[in-house]
Amino acid sequence: MPEQFYFALEVSLNGLMAGIMYALVALGFVLIFKASGIFNYAQGVLALFAALTLVGLQNGQIPFAHLINAVFGTSLHHFGWTLPAVVAIALTAVVMTGLAILIERYILKHLVNQEPIILFMATIGLAYFLEGLGDVMWGAEIKNLDVGLPQGISETIDEVTFNWFGYGFFIDRLDIVATLVAAALVISLMLFSQFTKYGRALRAVADDHQAALSVGISLRFIWVMVWSIAGIVALVAGIMWGSKSGVQFSLSLIALKALPVLMLGGFTSIPGAIVGGLIIGMGEKLFEFFIGPMIGGATENWFAYVLALIFLVFRPQGLFGERIIERV
Amino acid sequence: MNAPSPDGYTTADGRSIGPVLMEMKNITLRFGGVKAITDISFDIREGEIRAIIGPNGAGKSSMLNVISGFYVPQEGEVWFRGARRPAMKPFQVARQGIARTFQNIALFEGMSVLDNIMTGRLTLMKSGLMAQALWWGRAEAEETAHRAEVERIIDFLEIQHIRKTPVGRLPYGLKKRVELARALAAEPKLLLLDEPMAGMNVEEKEDMSRFILDVNDEFGTTIALIEHDMGVVMDLSDRVVVMDYGKKIGDGTPDEVRSNQAVIDAYLGVAHD
Ligand SMILES: Nc1ncnc2c1ncn2[C@@H]1O[C@H](COP(=O)(O)OP(=O)(O)OP(=O)(O)O)[C@@H](O)[C@H]1O
Ligand SMILES: [Mg+2]
Repeated sequence: MPEQFYFALEVSLNGLMAGIMYALVALGFVLIFKASGIFNYAQGVLALFAALTLVGLQNGQIPFAHLINAVFGTSLHHFGWTLPAVVAIALTAVVMTGLAILIERYILKHLVNQEPIILFMATIGLAYFLEGLGDVMWGAEIKNLDVGLPQGISETIDEVTFNWFGYGFFIDRLDIVATLVAAALVISLMLFSQFTKYGRALRAVADDHQAALSVGISLRFIWVMVWSIAGIVALVAGIMWGSKSGVQFSLSLIALKALPVLMLGGFTSIPGAIVGGLIIGMGEKLFEFFIGPMIGGATENWFAYVLALIFLVFRPQGLFGERIIERV
Repeated sequence: MNAPSPDGYTTADGRSIGPVLMEMKNITLRFGGVKAITDISFDIREGEIRAIIGPNGAGKSSMLNVISGFYVPQEGEVWFRGARRPAMKPFQVARQGIARTFQNIALFEGMSVLDNIMTGRLTLMKSGLMAQALWWGRAEAEETAHRAEVERIIDFLEIQHIRKTPVGRLPYGLKKRVELARALAAEPKLLLLDEPMAGMNVEEKEDMSRFILDVNDEFGTTIALIEHDMGVVMDLSDRVVVMDYGKKIGDGTPDEVRSNQAVIDAYLGVAHD
């Protein structure tokens, strides 16, 4: 086998891993979109907020320290304790659930039956609010996130593949963990939605609000539930992304990459979000490595959008989305 | 008609009807300037099949929507099982044991027939969100038990052959039947049917009539239904409320209603003053 082929394979594998991250954010989008028809612009910021909160809790940071110091002239910064990663993650999940309850109570509840564009605007507002809140609560500096996930190139894989193929694959161990966690998350979500009473209620609400009400389902409860799940999916994405490149505000920009992912996969399909994420992740890496040098590089900034545009022309409902048929 | 005694009455075909289950008192419902219902009162008794009839736009569906909580009347009181019902959301009404079908069918089109009917049992399922996540075994046992009940309903309504079919692919008549199955799955105290036979052919109508009678007979379910086909109404119902332009113009046994002059006028299209 030619060296070139293995290299391409390695690049695609790395791309797939990056794609998982896009897929996770897109997954949060799809969940909320299906259940409530809301295009949640804030999904990426939820991931940022979750990661900030996680680091803050883990390191015993005092929330709003800057604000308190500015008002009272104190110089607080840390409680002086640190929390084990598991505890901090569990607490962050609780915070994300609390956030879902607040979002339902103070935003969604007041906007039922509004035009989708109004709801979309509300989530833009929410995104900026959460970004600001994250800043005021935990500070704007780049933070290191370490929940004990393995990091660095896996030497085992390098050695084994070198012995087998004569070509050592460089795969980041964090990417492998991210893949496994993402797979486990998607499988549990599928099981939850197919085989539990709440999963069935969730699918019912996604299908027809009026019918769901008539069988005794509380839409508000389902909305809180689905925003909590989206918050926890965001937490997982935040952990992976933060472990890889530190917790910084540019994290919320991955939300924008989720948009082409959704165009590719369809806004209403969970498998679509996953496959779309993988295709974009892999496509942009391959393109950058093989075509990039010929056209001056930095193709990762726009490749996803162009691919999505091309897709939009030929298959507007996405790979797995429901066919849009206008009734006349 | 002569008012039935508080404890109930016996029908012509010998079924015994119980005390009042649901009572609507002086209901008025407005949409902006339009009065859909004007000061209507009537009751539904336990074990009864109660029909609501009237010309198009009379306010029949609106009345059903008031009972099931989808519309909130501006005036009047709703009494259920001897207590005044506070303002309630539709899902809360459903949890009280009132199930319904819709004039325009509201099913979960993307889900299978079986799944659709299973949603009918959501209100009867006990285990909470955490329990479902943590004690998978128990949740599964509960699911199995409910599944068995649903299979009984499927047999009862003779829809075994479409159990796994996505509802979106079914013809109209079968959709109506699946919607009835989902409502029955809730084991309701009161079942509301909005034109269960609309758009059906004669054979389908006969089947549906038989199912409605059987449900009432075998499970003792109280039923309120809206229907345009007078033959069907006369055959099925114990008592009939007649509405026209949002007002009640008749209330009694099918025979009494049929000979009521106001009802005859409404149906023959006599000009309103
Ligand atoms: N959601 C609504 N908003 C505004 N007006 C409504 C609404 N629902 C019903 N109406 C009006 O109330 C009146 C009664 O309608 P309703 O649907 O209850 O009649 P109906 O007796 O069920 O008629 P049909 O036999 O055609 O089904 C009509 O004038 C209708 O336009
Ligand atoms: Mg109607």
